[in-house]
Amino acid sequence: MHNKAMSVTIAGVEMKNPVTTASGTFGSGKEFGEFIDLNQLGAITVKGVASIPWKGNDTPRIAETYGGMLNSVGLQNPGAEYFIQNDIPFLRQYDTKIIVNICGHTIEEYCEVAEKLADADIDLLELNISCPNVTAGGITFGTEPKMAEKVVSEVKKYTKQPLIVKLTPNVTDITEIAKAAVCGGADALSLINTLQGMRIDIHNKKTILANKIGGFSGPAIKPVALRMVYQTAKAVDVPIIGMGGISNGEDAIEFIMAGATAVAIGTANFFNPMATIETIDGIQKYMQQYHIDNIDDIRGIID
Amino acid sequence: MKKLVQAVILKNECYVDHIFDMLLSAREIAELANPGQFINLYTGKGEMLLPRPISLCEINRKEGTLRLLYQEVGKGTQYFTTLQKNDTIKVMGPLGNGFFIDKKCQKHILIGGGIGVPPLLELAKTLQGTVSVLIGAKSNPILVKEFEKIGAAVFVATDDGSYGIHGTVLDILKKEALQADMIYACGPKAMLKATSDWAEQNKMSIQVSMEERMACGIGACVGCTVKIKKDSKKDWENRKVCKDGPVFWGNEVAWNAQ
Repeated sequence: MHNKAMSVTIAGVEMKNPVTTASGTFGSGKEFGEFIDLNQLGAITVKGVASIPWKGNDTPRIAETYGGMLNSVGLQNPGAEYFIQNDIPFLRQYDTKIIVNICGHTIEEYCEVAEKLADADIDLLELNISCPNVTAGGITFGTEPKMAEKVVSEVKKYTKQPLIVKLTPNVTDITEIAKAAVCGGADALSLINTLQGMRIDIHNKKTILANKIGGFSGPAIKPVALRMVYQTAKAVDVPIIGMGGISNGEDAIEFIMAGATAVAIGTANFFNPMATIETIDGIQKYMQQYHIDNIDDIRGIID
Repeated sequence: MKKLVQAVILKNECYVDHIFDMLLSAREIAELANPGQFINLYTGKGEMLLPRPISLCEINRKEGTLRLLYQEVGKGTQYFTTLQKNDTIKVMGPLGNGFFIDKKCQKHILIGGGIGVPPLLELAKTLQGTVSVLIGAKSNPILVKEFEKIGAAVFVATDDGSYGIHGTVLDILKKEALQADMIYACGPKAMLKATSDWAEQNKMSIQVSMEERMACGIGACVGCTVKIKKDSKKDWENRKVCKDGPVFWGNEVAWNAQ
């Protein structure tokens, strides 16, 4: 297989293979460098960065569910300055693209972090308008098409890198939000963020999460994510990074056939630190098995 | 360094009530591990995705083994009880910081509540000087004889009075008027807070081993946080139990933060 066979391009940025990480499941890569060679990843998508440090929600923040999990971390992060000083120099040691997920409570906060990162040495920005665990911002911008278009177009005024917009599945029709984000100037889309979910401890008669409701992720949500990627790929012309329960190469191939240009590994990183690398190997094996010369040949082949 | 290995189970039997005693052969981890650290055990089952963090009760570097005393509390730990000798299980470790051992300290008090007692055994074996161990339990205290065997002075408190004094480890602390250069505690949060308060009143240093629900165990998910005072002491920040802990200084935990 020639070495460009797996490379993909997102908004002008070439990734050596279609595999990245889902924001919030991989830190800024440091934790996984002990287990895998970070140079092998197409891109690393870092945990959400806000303009100033966020404390996040109370604990418990984690609950296991059948084939998945809930989280209510609430975008705890050390802020843009810390990220620029500490994480970018670490990531730049590796031959991989850097995607920075950004978050805010208000349009002004989103713009502020985009402005702080405008001259940073990163490849792509991912606008998080889909986090279910913050009371203001996050998902509130991702469920109303007009709001989504507005926040995207405002943030675009400050960005110097191409902008990916990350969408929530907690809507009636994800293609409406997708179209609105593209109208606002999104260069690419990523989907899906977590589904809203809940668990109750019947012995203590309380929800397991301190925040009561959290974001549901993991292999259990894969069919929902795949369906939404398929619908969105038919509705818009920008590249899509597909995610939601992807744990191996076969899962990744499904998303690419549904129309995704790239894929992200999320919750699988928690139960298998090797998941990203195994996914890359799995995609390669599939391509060899079916004599596929270029990954583009199978993208979106489902009518 | 952390290692992800397939460990061989050498022993896995009921110790008392719902507590099981497991011996694992995992040389790469045993060689790196220190008292107060933990390992992740993976069920390998799709319906129980997340690893279970279990503290190290004993570390034998020469034999390359790890001993775990774990409580059957949910589906994951219930599954572990079904494993047999010679079965294998995926484990990752050593994880977390472990206890801080100051060679200048010669008088130690170790305080364990419930399933918080096991990590204190490896600590007691490592410490130099005199060691007093305070064990709190509902009714059946664990590891009493093993602490006695290594020369520790053991005090027990039970909720029902069936063993030792009828009360809590705090009652022992008050009654015995024990002195130490360093206190180490592991157990329920209420016990950790009460012993931290007592240590502060009596001007003794205390290390507490904390617990929170976690997903990854390596600092990526940011699920398992505790509130730790910032330099100003008025403000606090969330730190990770799995990576910054599980052991924190008792006086740096913001016990009353909302």
